[in-house]
Amino acid sequence: MKYAGLLVMPTGFFLVIAALVLFPDAGLRATFVVCGLAVQLLGLAVAVRGHMQRAQEAPPSGAVIASGVSRR
Amino acid sequence: MTIPPLVVPFSDSMFVLALGLLTLAPLAIAGVALLNTGLGRSRSAAQSMLGCVTLVAVATIAFAVVGTSFAGVPGHTLALAGKSWNWIGAAPLLLRHFDLVQPQLQLEVLFEFLAVGLIALIPWGSGADRLRLPAGCAVTAVLAGGVFPLVAHWVWGDGWLAQLGANFGLGAGFIDGAGAASVHAVGGLSALAVVWIAGPRKGKFPKEGLATAMPGHNTVYIVFGCLLALVGWLAWNVAGAILWLHAGPSVLAKTVINTFLSGSAALVAAFTVTRSRFSKPDASMCANGWLAGLVASCACAAIVTPLEAIAVGAVAGIAAPLLVELLELALSIDDPSGAISVHAVGGLWGLFAAGLFAPRTGQLLAQMVGIATLLGLVFPLVYLLFWLLNRVIPFRVEADGERLGMDLYELGGGAYPEFVIHRDESYR
Repeated sequence: MKYAGLLVMPTGFFLVIAALVLFPDAGLRATFVVCGLAVQLLGLAVAVRGHMQRAQEAPPSGAVIASGVSRR
Repeated sequence: MTIPPLVVPFSDSMFVLALGLLTLAPLAIAGVALLNTGLGRSRSAAQSMLGCVTLVAVATIAFAVVGTSFAGVPGHTLALAGKSWNWIGAAPLLLRHFDLVQPQLQLEVLFEFLAVGLIALIPWGSGADRLRLPAGCAVTAVLAGGVFPLVAHWVWGDGWLAQLGANFGLGAGFIDGAGAASVHAVGGLSALAVVWIAGPRKGKFPKEGLATAMPGHNTVYIVFGCLLALVGWLAWNVAGAILWLHAGPSVLAKTVINTFLSGSAALVAAFTVTRSRFSKPDASMCANGWLAGLVASCACAAIVTPLEAIAVGAVAGIAAPLLVELLELALSIDDPSGAISVHAVGGLWGLFAAGLFAPRTGQLLAQMVGIATLLGLVFPLVYLLFWLLNRVIPFRVEADGERLGMDLYELGGGAYPEFVIHRDESYR
């Protein structure tokens, strides 16, 4: 899932490049650039989600010293 | 406000000023080194600080050997859709052309040398307490020899991002006054890749309950690092404005003021946020807020008004502590130095703000294309390179190394031999 998310991110980049090349109209170009960025953020969210799932499956051992709010 | 004119004669006095400023810029590197060390644990302090010096050395050599070639001018171009895409530098390797180029270009190379020193320390701080020194050197060599030069060429070497204005009518093209993209965003995204690959510190995320608190070991280092970084950042931003934005004397004082204002607003914002969240201000988060404001100012200090600089800093200062908390508590990302929140997010926000507050039509779109390139192309590329590198030189130290601390394990001695080091509660 993490790698799938990372693969989606370049797709958003190519969408942005395609918008530059294909659309001379400023409005349409801006819309597609925003869409490209949204695709990238979606890919990043999937990658982060994948990272969290893997962390939950194999958490490192250790005692709990949770202090309400963790300051690193 | 207007963006400084792109062609301003580079007089001898400007050359001397830029050279003088660049000799002060290493103070930013020293400040970040102190922050990294202070935010790590006491049993890894010597390894952290030695690592900072070593990585700066490795970065400098890697950049001199291959990086200057990829970053330099002229460049290789591709023809696509009737446009010229200058995608990589084609200068001779090993700086063989250095004596032949104009003094202004020599200063630009000097700026990039200092930039690779700073970029090396960003992922190093995030990998604190578990990233091996040889792996840190390898990561630095990849960043300084390959990734940074590529991005620097796109942004500063008349590359395709810089030419977005000429080729597609997007403002003045992608603008980055002092390294918000090529140094901080790339460094911060590299930090995320390193943290993902190396994993969290042992005991950081227990099976049950919240994340374990592992506070920085020396608040004085952290805050003094902020003060050192301020001096370096002022020099960095003004030198960047002269070299990359071709700013005239009328812009320079404003750049200094805006840098200061951005950092100050960010500190006040971080102070307020942490005080309201924890009932008392948190020194390390305030330091991160301060640095996030300075990072954001890198992109736009020369082109925004003082009021806009305050707004840029305030947003960075509010975001930094909240993101540090979000990454740690909600997303299970262990980033001891906060580099992802400070450098990646702060840098990207600064770049966006440079477009938001620029008066030229299409400048915001140019900045968004640059941000999309960093997120969609550079980050996956960096992750892939580091993932492969991890197969050859494992990033993470062995379990014994984490138990003993990086100082004893990698250096054979601690940073504070006359003091008792607290036992790690997570190993009971």
